[in-house]
Amino acid sequence: MDRWPDHKAWFLVLPVAVLVAFSAIIPLMTVVNYSLQDVLGGTYFFVGAEWFEQLLHSDALHGALQRQFIFSFTVLAIEMPLGVAIALALPRRGWQVSLCLVLVALPLLIPWNVVGTIWQIFGRSDIGLGGWTLNELGIAYNYTSNSVDAWLTIVVMEVWHWTPLVVLLAYAGLQAIPDAYYQAAKIDGASAWAVFRYIQLPKMRGVLTIALLLRFMDSFMIYTEPFVVTGGGPGNSTTFLSQYLTRLAVGQFDLGPAAAFSIIYFLIILVFCYVFYRALEGIGKGAP
Amino acid sequence: MSRIVLDQVAHSYLPHPQTEADWALREMEHVWEDGGAYALLGPSGCGKTTLLNVISGLLQPSQGRVMFDDTDVTALPPQQRNIAQVFQFPVIYDTMTVAENLAFPLNNRKFDKTYVKQRVEEVAQMLDLEGDLHKKGARLSADAKQKISLGRGLVRADVAAILFDEPLTVIDPQMKWQLRRKLKQIHEQTATTLVYVTHDQNEALTFADKVVVMYEGQVVQVGTPQELFERPSHTFVGYFIGSPGMNLLDCQLEGKEAVVNGGRVPLNEAAAQRAHNATGRLQLGIRPEFLSFDARGQNGLPVRVEQVDDLGNYQILTVRLGGELLKVKIAEDAEPPGEDGSLRFPPDWTRLYANGQLVG
Repeated sequence: MDRWPDHKAWFLVLPVAVLVAFSAIIPLMTVVNYSLQDVLGGTYFFVGAEWFEQLLHSDALHGALQRQFIFSFTVLAIEMPLGVAIALALPRRGWQVSLCLVLVALPLLIPWNVVGTIWQIFGRSDIGLGGWTLNELGIAYNYTSNSVDAWLTIVVMEVWHWTPLVVLLAYAGLQAIPDAYYQAAKIDGASAWAVFRYIQLPKMRGVLTIALLLRFMDSFMIYTEPFVVTGGGPGNSTTFLSQYLTRLAVGQFDLGPAAAFSIIYFLIILVFCYVFYRALEGIGKGAP
Repeated sequence: MSRIVLDQVAHSYLPHPQTEADWALREMEHVWEDGGAYALLGPSGCGKTTLLNVISGLLQPSQGRVMFDDTDVTALPPQQRNIAQVFQFPVIYDTMTVAENLAFPLNNRKFDKTYVKQRVEEVAQMLDLEGDLHKKGARLSADAKQKISLGRGLVRADVAAILFDEPLTVIDPQMKWQLRRKLKQIHEQTATTLVYVTHDQNEALTFADKVVVMYEGQVVQVGTPQELFERPSHTFVGYFIGSPGMNLLDCQLEGKEAVVNGGRVPLNEAAAQRAHNATGRLQLGIRPEFLSFDARGQNGLPVRVEQVDDLGNYQILTVRLGGELLKVKIAEDAEPPGEDGSLRFPPDWTRLYANGQLVG
């Protein structure tokens, strides 16, 4: 058969191309455009890489970036093992399964700013159940004035909010393991640890990779919840990247630096996700 | 190595079984002799896997005892029984190498390192896996994976038996044949008791010294392939084994003859005697191989030929005798049958069944 001679087929791709152009390509290019220019009273000057240079030497950005990494890694280090542990403890079959899954998934259904509000009130030392109880127990706790307390509140909130996602993914991975594996392990005399180490963990690798990527990206871009709870304070102690970015772009209307910052931000997430993905791909499939 | 005794074992998956059909395994007495190669044959859902899991300890029977020699192991979990089991789908620990996979059952039981190494090498040699010992399990083909599952069973020198639950289902036909032969060789070398579950009669008959036929949760016959073929003790065995299966016809008894659709079939004196004492639905059974067909219709019961299937090295006739259809196997070079003919039932190969059970 000869190939179809004309190129009418391209028209069929057009709707998607337009959609992608307006939803991704054009906005992204606008950002790139801003990042290379300065705006002064409606006139644009081309400034080259100046904003990038300025940002890379900015202490405020370094501080926010550092806090962001510490936050993301802390949250991942708690959520991943905790999520897997809860998934292992959930029942495998019976009516209890649906009940447990619904209970576990509840935090995921709450709008993000509501999550922030819940914890903002919960942690208040005058009327909040958590904050008040701690103070009554003799522990001085105040997230508005003490930066350690502010950090603790935000980390616990994030763990409460997002561990269920890891649980659900890990649980799905566990449910997909055929019974024969458990039976063979019994016959082989494997201990509970060996079953986890050699059957459950390797079989969950795929879903855990996804969980790790999602949780890294989301925690790295966290904005709403700390904004509602602490507003970035006390001082700058809980100001993470996206909040810093918002301050630049909306608060101070520095479009050029904000755009340059967006691009750096985007690249960091991209690079990290790629590295995580490759690293996890390698496990188990690595050297013979 | 030991003799495995099932003493009044029965199992139901329901908490309060009411009727016969609620039992996955009906009460049974059975002995697996030490060093035997058994095939457990039956259609899907007849309780083969349940029986296997009861022996290995994956399942606690609802009643009865499981004995390995003189030890009652009914309450012991599989880890504490000396038993190995290979499953339908190959189970392999993906992150381990082949050698580590093979060593796993021994390492879990804290055997001495040099002993483990030596056993792994022996088993790898038995299964032709020496070249693959350092490969990761996840990279192997389905039949190599199944060999490793099998190897994990063989590596323990002290097992009472190795149980196979349709282990070759996912293997290519030609590899199937090789692996089955390998199993037979291993049985000859090690004299370990093997119990091989299958629903494929050819697999059962070529593999086993003794075939255990199950039907609706019961063992209906235990015998050599020849016994199963020549003297099926239950109509199910007659029908299930052989291709095509045994012809079964409703009949009445009159003296030393069975009456089928008005036609008279002579019987052995002893068989007729026993059949007289039996009650229930009486059936006459004869294998297609033993019927003799006469195209000229000179002796035997007159039949009409409905269909002829030429299978290359023999022919299968479907003939009508009154209201019943029978299959007859005749030689490839036999006289081409016309529309009519007659059938002779050799008395030595004609069996009688009352309510499905062999009476004569």
